[in-house]
Amino acid sequence: MSHPKAASQFLKDQANSLWHDETLWMVREKRDAISKTIPEWEELRNLASQIKDKVLSNLDVYLENFEANAQKNGIKVHWAKDAEEHNQIVLGILQEKNCQAIVKSKSILTEECHLNPYLEKNGVEVVDTDLGERIVQFLQQPPSHIVMPAIHLKKRDISALFHEKLQTEKGNEDPSYLTNAARLHLREKFLGSKVAITGVNFGVAETGEFVVCTNEGNADMGVHLADVHIACMGIEKIIPRRKDLGVFLRLLARSATGQPITNYNSHFRSPAKGKEIHLVLVDNGRSLQLAREKFRNSLKCIRCGACMNTCPIYRRSGGYSYGSTVPGPIGSILSPGLDMKKYSTLPFASTLCGSCSDVCPVKINIHEQLYEWRQEITKHHGEFGKGLSMKLASGIFKSPLAYKISGSTMRKAIKLLPKGLIYNPLNVWGKNRDLPEAPKESFQEWYKKNRG
Amino acid sequence: MKKSQPEIGLFIPCYVDQFFPQVAIATLELLEKLGCKVSYPLGQTCCGQPLANSGYERDTEGSSRHFLELFKQFDYIVAPSGSCVLHVKEHFPKLSDMEHEQSRVNDRIYELTEFLTDVLKVDSLKGSFPKKVGFHSSCHGLRGLRLASSSEMNVTPFNKAKQLLQNLEGLEWVELSRVDECCGFGGTFSVTEEALSVQMGRDRLQDHQSHQVEIVTGGDMSCLMHLQGIADREGSSLKFMHVAEILNQAIS
Repeated sequence: MSHPKAASQFLKDQANSLWHDETLWMVREKRDAISKTIPEWEELRNLASQIKDKVLSNLDVYLENFEANAQKNGIKVHWAKDAEEHNQIVLGILQEKNCQAIVKSKSILTEECHLNPYLEKNGVEVVDTDLGERIVQFLQQPPSHIVMPAIHLKKRDISALFHEKLQTEKGNEDPSYLTNAARLHLREKFLGSKVAITGVNFGVAETGEFVVCTNEGNADMGVHLADVHIACMGIEKIIPRRKDLGVFLRLLARSATGQPITNYNSHFRSPAKGKEIHLVLVDNGRSLQLAREKFRNSLKCIRCGACMNTCPIYRRSGGYSYGSTVPGPIGSILSPGLDMKKYSTLPFASTLCGSCSDVCPVKINIHEQLYEWRQEITKHHGEFGKGLSMKLASGIFKSPLAYKISGSTMRKAIKLLPKGLIYNPLNVWGKNRDLPEAPKESFQEWYKKNRG
Repeated sequence: MKKSQPEIGLFIPCYVDQFFPQVAIATLELLEKLGCKVSYPLGQTCCGQPLANSGYERDTEGSSRHFLELFKQFDYIVAPSGSCVLHVKEHFPKLSDMEHEQSRVNDRIYELTEFLTDVLKVDSLKGSFPKKVGFHSSCHGLRGLRLASSSEMNVTPFNKAKQLLQNLEGLEWVELSRVDECCGFGGTFSVTEEALSVQMGRDRLQDHQSHQVEIVTGGDMSCLMHLQGIADREGSSLKFMHVAEILNQAIS
């Protein structure tokens, strides 16, 4: 479904869309407040952006260092060129270990690769252990936000869902009660899993260790109880040195939720005795994006979700309106790189207001890339109607005479015709908005009379 | 005193020329009252922004060339629109045979309020405007031209329009709940994403209304046209004036 269509459906439930907007705005306000307690905030953003510039410019070297150091630490490193290879590698490890049930902590990469349905198809039970993710998994929905996967649901929705799935008391909406029920349910799953899958927030090239950030400690719980840890990591998640981590950890949680830091920032360096760590490094279109000069910066993203919380479109249209794994502004510049045709309306789902770029902790020029994707998409995928009217307009703007005639014709037409009968774009304009009253003369005409 | 007075070219966006001539007149008169030598080169067309933002920047060579020809000889170019100025500066296609003109124009083009504060060095203006005024920050002016500090950033707050307006006698500057949220106009976005565009506009209006604003002002008539279109349709009593109109009226 195109973004405009999905957005107008979301907006039909006015009370819900207003609530969604306000909920996410509150998160943005928390982020504003805490970022303003750090005097060097803007400097941190610059530093983070520059570190990522360095990484992206030397990604091949860093990746090889990272791999070599990880192997020295006893980590088994796998390379996956795309989602399919990634899924096959993960399944291969599970089959080797004869494992039929796994726990998984939040990983947008595994969502991107559609790992869950793949494993389920192959007889593996997958349990997402992040609370929000477990909720949307129960509902067989994808996450609607990359940091707050179930942000589109209300307490009463969760209560009804848990009543059905976990036999909680009907109508009990107390968050502590519901969380506790989820905790008991998940505890069983943690205890029963021989393999735990996590994502990766940062891979440190100089040490070969990787860092996983969660608030719930679910990644740690899963990993420490399991014999085998499979970590899935996009190749852009590299940072050069351990000390660079300080820059990113200070930015990540503050940008994401307005917390000073994520509760658990766990470093995984080498497997404990008798255990295994597998690291799957995934490309899946990242090399291609790296080669696109105008769009390579999008690979700096640390998945904080701040651009979603600030985006006036996302807040009012919901994560699902984007139809992509990563929604919101950052998703709208990443997704067309994966499938330009499928995601062709996303770069247009923006007023180019630029709030996303100003909020981004690694200073991705998101709104400028939205503009650039528009230039690309129209080359390959020009919708006939829009293409034609834009060509017409171009002809008008090039010629002052044509512009003058069409301008005064338009003003007269607006005077004479009833609302909503003007012409197509203005017709849409007029559904919920009046047109300005047409003046008797243009400024140009006035100027000639009064200053000419 | 002065060797020769700088020549200012008035750049009036197409929709202002056609729909809001009073804003162009106010801009001209205001600059004249402040002692500027202003002329309006005839034959101006649209700067090409709607095309470029729709993904057809490559089709705007003709209109860009035309613009540069019209304005290349001026010492300053001033427009009552942050959005169109930003377009000229950032989204004109590179014209290899007009590099010189392009960089000259980019160095000399200003949105009205920044021209007053940064070039004319106006600290505050004397005049009276006894109204409760809500300011709509146009995104292109705000985050593109940095006419004010954006709420996302940790920088010393400033606002060039506020600097000009706040000392007018009787003017009450109203602080909004969301100081710089987008109004949802967004050019062709206003028709391609009609439902969202209107909802965003309604939410902005609600912010102004709940703070008892009498007059909504701003530096871009495109945003104000969209907001006014919704307000009028819904029978709201809010009035809309461009910053130039307020300043010109107040200091007369």
